[in-house]
Amino acid sequence: MKPLTTVNVDRPQRGFGEWSYLGPIVKGLAVTLRHFLRNFFGQRDVATIQYPEEVRQYSERMRGRHILTTKDDGSLRCVACYMCETACPADCITIVADEDPEATVEWEKLPVSFEIDLLRCVFCGFCVDACPKQALVMSREHDFVFTTREEAIVGIDELKQKGPIEEEDLGYRPYY
Amino acid sequence: MTVSNPDTATPNPLARFIPGSEDLKVITAADGFTEITADRSRLIGVLRVLRDRPELDCNLLLDVCGVDYPMNEHRFEVVYHLTSLAKGHRIRVRVPVDEDDPRVPTASGIWKAADWFERETWDLMGIRFDGHPNLRRILTHEAFQGHALRKDYDPEKRWVLTEAETFVPDWVTEPDEEEDFETQIINIGPSHPATHGTLRIVARLDGEIITRAECEIGYLHRCFEKMSETHSWSEVIPYTDRLNYCSSMINGVGYALAVEHMLGIEAPPRAQVVRVILSEFSRIMDHAVCLGAALVDVGALTNFWYFFQPREEIYTLLESCAGGRLTVSYARIGGLAHEVPADFEDQVRYLLGYIPKFVDDVDKLVSTNRIFRGRTEGIGALSAEEALAWGWTGPCLRACGVPYDLRRARPYLGYENYDFDIPVASTGDSYARYLVRLEEMRQSLRIIEQAIDNLPDGPVITDNHHAALPPKSKVYTEMEALIWHFKLIYEGIKVPAGSAYLATEGANGELGYYVVSDGGGKPYRIKVRPPCFAIFQAYPHLLEGHLVPDAIAILSSLNIIAGELDR
Repeated sequence: MKPLTTVNVDRPQRGFGEWSYLGPIVKGLAVTLRHFLRNFFGQRDVATIQYPEEVRQYSERMRGRHILTTKDDGSLRCVACYMCETACPADCITIVADEDPEATVEWEKLPVSFEIDLLRCVFCGFCVDACPKQALVMSREHDFVFTTREEAIVGIDELKQKGPIEEEDLGYRPYY
Repeated sequence: MTVSNPDTATPNPLARFIPGSEDLKVITAADGFTEITADRSRLIGVLRVLRDRPELDCNLLLDVCGVDYPMNEHRFEVVYHLTSLAKGHRIRVRVPVDEDDPRVPTASGIWKAADWFERETWDLMGIRFDGHPNLRRILTHEAFQGHALRKDYDPEKRWVLTEAETFVPDWVTEPDEEEDFETQIINIGPSHPATHGTLRIVARLDGEIITRAECEIGYLHRCFEKMSETHSWSEVIPYTDRLNYCSSMINGVGYALAVEHMLGIEAPPRAQVVRVILSEFSRIMDHAVCLGAALVDVGALTNFWYFFQPREEIYTLLESCAGGRLTVSYARIGGLAHEVPADFEDQVRYLLGYIPKFVDDVDKLVSTNRIFRGRTEGIGALSAEEALAWGWTGPCLRACGVPYDLRRARPYLGYENYDFDIPVASTGDSYARYLVRLEEMRQSLRIIEQAIDNLPDGPVITDNHHAALPPKSKVYTEMEALIWHFKLIYEGIKVPAGSAYLATEGANGELGYYVVSDGGGKPYRIKVRPPCFAIFQAYPHLLEGHLVPDAIAILSSLNIIAGELDR
């Protein structure tokens, strides 16, 4: 156990330079001038991004818009087990399940409707954690707009994976 | 229903100092608190002894809250949490209250801090505090019907508010005969660029001097506590992100620690060190936002950009770990959501080299600048005794000269193994608060440096599947893991019945979670002790005698985060 050590940060005013504004003004100008010259001529480590022409590179864990993944034959992997709906803290997922008519085994479930209210969603990724089939993952897409509230409730058609997903579009998904 | 799992075998060492302790139940609770159950007729006597007797010396009132047990003989319980800075002990006083007469004498005459906490208890639980000087609703609107945290209040209930803000303090209309000039009432906020969130200040001016002020809060109230009662224990984590949104990681870690304590589990060593690293980075971000904005408010704009540049880089680190920048939701009960990315160590070391430049630049730009010093020195000063009476913690208390930091006072997450100093200042004014925060950023970097050097290998989440989801690779392949997965999602974590108060050092001070469980899959009651709340209640009193521009300088130096203030 380390002892409690304190450091006093009091800074009494010192000297003529500080009293007369001179020292701090010169020091302050030196700091801003250094930043200006370095950004203008040198390394150009300007933090500003010219969005939307230039976009930030997000990590492979970025929690963006959801994707309902598909099997090789193009059908949904989702088995309508309601795990994501239960785990959702924002209660934004609504699933309606039914029997799969084309199933080879008896009583195979299938979602007839799978809706996510993207305006309610808080993008916490708990649905992805809850899914036991890797049927729900997230993309890095985060800039979507809607003109009405109804438009923000997206169903299977909008969420379903369309073709193979590019690695740089894929966001939050199970890792181990 | 019993909500305590006490250690009754050993007599409590503090009991002998409390007169009449034979009739009071004095026990040692499982979370280390000395727990006193007092009747309301004896409450004030007990509280006075607790504060005044030198052996007990409870100078800091942490929290007052109410809990509703509809099935009990006495329906309500008012819970006081106290601590002694000198002795280090912590005391909880529980007062049972009947449903037909929900009244308790006020403690606001003993600790000023009780003022707003009691108003909140009245507002949300409907318990009256006799003798309270200003017992009005605080978080909900005046027109709100009922008390939201009572168990019989339907969480689905919605109110449509049709009337505008009606609150006008009584003293606004009273003529003040002593003053020669005509006074003027001004209204700052609720939506004002300088209020950093939505809060309203009504102030009376005599010329340019504020002679009296009062604050109105609750504009961002979402009733976090009621929402968490309707969700499972793990689903509360995304909600905690939205308390202090400038340092969301610290909130999640604090909550996870409280629930882990109730479950009797501990996160693996690697998870603990990663939690320390990310919490300290969050603290740096929080201070950067606070100082950047505070400097803008006094007219120094450049610093805002110098601080936001490293903040963006820290967000990139958090995003590569958790997937979210502002609301990370990275902590889990029992550890962390995922292993950190492969380049975690490189990223942390890069930031350790990157951040100090910006801190030094700001230090050079403003710390010795006479204009800045003139704007902040002696402004909003508070003495150490006053600050403790108001329930201040964190950087604001340390600026008054009290070296109280939970990372040293009650270490958690292995903070006892790190070398760091607690910055203190003596003047307690806005300038001191600035200096303390600046130094704390440097100390946080020191902690991160030691933590990353000693980052152990191993898992980041416990393998106890009563608390944590099994790894996905097992869920896809093993029946056993799939069953655990289903049970945890559908039933939630079963936290044993009991209660615990666990506090961590948030960026603004002591962030406490008082957690009550009835053994079910959902929290029975969660009370957050937000550090801002205690700090902000002193604000109207700090204003008296200052100019209007000073009011803004004080407000930003206190770092009020509305998400945490209003919950």
